[in-house]
Amino acid sequence: MARRSSSIVSRGANSEPELVERGDVVARSAIPQPFDDPDGPLYAPRKHIYPQSVKGRFRTIKWVVLAITLGIYYLLPFVRWDRGPGAPSQAVLVDLPNSRFYFFFIELWPQEVYYFTGLLILAALTLFLMNAIAGRVWCGYLCPQTVWTDLFLAVERLTEGDRRERMQRDAAPWTLEGALRKTAKHFLWLMIAWWTGGAWVLYFADAPTLVKDLATGNAPFIAYAWIGILTFTTYFLAGHLREQVCIYMCPWPRIQAALTDEYALNVSYRYDRGEPRGSVKKNAALRERGLPAGDCVDCFQCVHVCPTGVDIRNGLQLDCIQCGLCIDACDAVMKKVGLPTGLIGYDTDLNIARRSEGKPAKFHPLRARTVLYAALIVITGAIMLYGLAARATVGIGVIHDRNPMYVTMADGGVRNAYTVRLLNKALESRSFLLIIEGLLAADVDVIGSAPNTDGQFVIDVEANQTRELRVLVTLHRKPPASSTPLTFRIVEMRSGEHAKAVDHFRGP
Amino acid sequence: MSAADKRDTDHVTGTQTTGHEWDGIQELNTPLPRWWLWMFYATIVWSIGYWIVYPAWPLVTTHTRGIWDWSTRSAIVEDMATHRASRAAHVDRIAAASAEQIVADPTLLSFARAQGRVAFADNCVPCHGAGGGGAKGYPNLVDDEWLWGGTLADINQTIRHGIRSGDENARIGSMPAFGRDGILQRPDIVAVAEYTRSLSGLPVDPKIDLARGQKVYADNCAVCHGESGKGNRELGAPNLTDAIWFYGSDPATIIDGIWNGRGAVMPAFAGRLDDTTIKALTVYVHTLGGGEK
Repeated sequence: MARRSSSIVSRGANSEPELVERGDVVARSAIPQPFDDPDGPLYAPRKHIYPQSVKGRFRTIKWVVLAITLGIYYLLPFVRWDRGPGAPSQAVLVDLPNSRFYFFFIELWPQEVYYFTGLLILAALTLFLMNAIAGRVWCGYLCPQTVWTDLFLAVERLTEGDRRERMQRDAAPWTLEGALRKTAKHFLWLMIAWWTGGAWVLYFADAPTLVKDLATGNAPFIAYAWIGILTFTTYFLAGHLREQVCIYMCPWPRIQAALTDEYALNVSYRYDRGEPRGSVKKNAALRERGLPAGDCVDCFQCVHVCPTGVDIRNGLQLDCIQCGLCIDACDAVMKKVGLPTGLIGYDTDLNIARRSEGKPAKFHPLRARTVLYAALIVITGAIMLYGLAARATVGIGVIHDRNPMYVTMADGGVRNAYTVRLLNKALESRSFLLIIEGLLAADVDVIGSAPNTDGQFVIDVEANQTRELRVLVTLHRKPPASSTPLTFRIVEMRSGEHAKAVDHFRGP
Repeated sequence: MSAADKRDTDHVTGTQTTGHEWDGIQELNTPLPRWWLWMFYATIVWSIGYWIVYPAWPLVTTHTRGIWDWSTRSAIVEDMATHRASRAAHVDRIAAASAEQIVADPTLLSFARAQGRVAFADNCVPCHGAGGGGAKGYPNLVDDEWLWGGTLADINQTIRHGIRSGDENARIGSMPAFGRDGILQRPDIVAVAEYTRSLSGLPVDPKIDLARGQKVYADNCAVCHGESGKGNRELGAPNLTDAIWFYGSDPATIIDGIWNGRGAVMPAFAGRLDDTTIKALTVYVHTLGGGEK
């Protein structure tokens, strides 16, 4: 391959000749030659990928990440969090019937959904920061598609054997053993997929109760329906579509390509060291004659272990999820042939160019964009933390009657009516003093609530609930103006926590 | 694509081009995956399933009904049944409680008002306005003045049997057409109209003889509206001394009322609405602002 700075190589049917590798002849021969059809191929047949098992540093990291992420996903619904009587004791719960979201010490009401916006902004910025420092860390290690596909591949290896065995079996006529192995694979896949769907619904109801109901057939239909849907999507996406999701469905590779730069660490083939590639013998012969020879022994191990079937030696490309497995594969080969490891490794475009010019490698983790992303993450995080810490557990909303805007009373006075909603976001029943300021001479009535001996209205609101009141404000003479501002204030009787809303008193 | 189009290989990506060219810009040939095509076929098959399951094709006088006989109408009937079932507990409590008990219980009150608001919007809004503000000839239900009484029992009676509605228990009482029927002559009517304005402190035309108006009032009007003009709820005769005017307070409107008479009609709702709905409506109207003890 010619030396050139890496660029995104789009996937075409007419892959360059060097992409054709020895082990894949069977699958590759099915590809029609593009020039056979005068209009070119409209649809690309899928190249079946048989990723080979590999051992090494990055494989270990991936197993650990897989265990942690799936562990969190499957077990989190069972974590308990005591919120006192009357409130759910599940740490993470989306309570749709009561429109509440619980996350450990955080409780959110539907109108506070903007916290999720903050969370999405944080997630995007974190993704950008990861990308600016070390490329597609998300794609390679953390993305659910990657994690579940990895798990499904492990099952495939367990039941059907490693790459060569699977390829041989698929190429040969069907046998009973092969059919049994495939049946076992699909059965295990479906079991995992079923558990995945099962864990999902546990986030929407009390997990231990729902598990019991699901087992006894007493759970609501919607729970079974969602388990069914997620069983199907997991089985289909992780078992069958796999790398097609990353290559054709996911927008992130396209965005990522626009966000990366020459300073970002990416899984890179160090062509400055590897080229010209050749077999051990051929390159040894070249060296003997004093001709240039690279370290790449052209063994295709990096391609065989790749879960998306790319050749990393073609440079940074859209199909590469940068999981680092080719690094493990190449390092193993380099050790065997007695060459230094790291022919494929996390490196930057800039450093490869610098080394070719004989300059030392330089790393710039602190760049304008990384500093900016980090600063934005800190700022967004701080705003959200402040918002959550200072979240009011008291709220008031006022709606003025629209029709009629005001009513003339028998004595010639004027009355305005308001719908007032009190919010009690605390997990206990509380009492609020309602104060209306702005018209000293006005009478206040609250429908269905009598004033206390001091003539004040004290309104009880149940735990974690709102209460709607009809409030009448009456002035026994003509109001001073056609519109006078009124302030509705509530004060919690014990803590003194308060909230206010501003509206108007209308008159002729 | 014509044979003249020349397909090249893009030297940057190594991808074949389609041969199409626009002002020197060429298009890379990047084929869709084959499964994408299969998905398209799958959606076609899905649509056929849709035709079978759901109503789909118009026929000459009807349409295909689908195997589940689903329709938006049957769906809403089901939805309403579900909502009715979910409300049943509260509705039963409303049905069992008296209007007084409902007003005294915050939970019942809030539920009855919600139910009443909907019933009001369906049945009362055309005449009384969205918020009960009324209109000329249609009383305002939010103020503190009532033609026929503003207690829970009064309101319930009015909703149930109506006013001049033909119901045998309807509220009856009428203002005669003093002018049209020749009971009073025009100068007397003008004079009594001005006198009526003076009862609530409105400015009066100084050219009018108020004493004559007062005499006409005492002879013809006081029997229903009272000596001092305070009205009579037994007959639905409005109070003429306050700031609230059913039809309007300008002399022309008052003269029109005396000349032609008045007799607004409200239909009886007993039989049209069930008892619980009428009870909820009563509570809603009572709590709009003008309810009397």
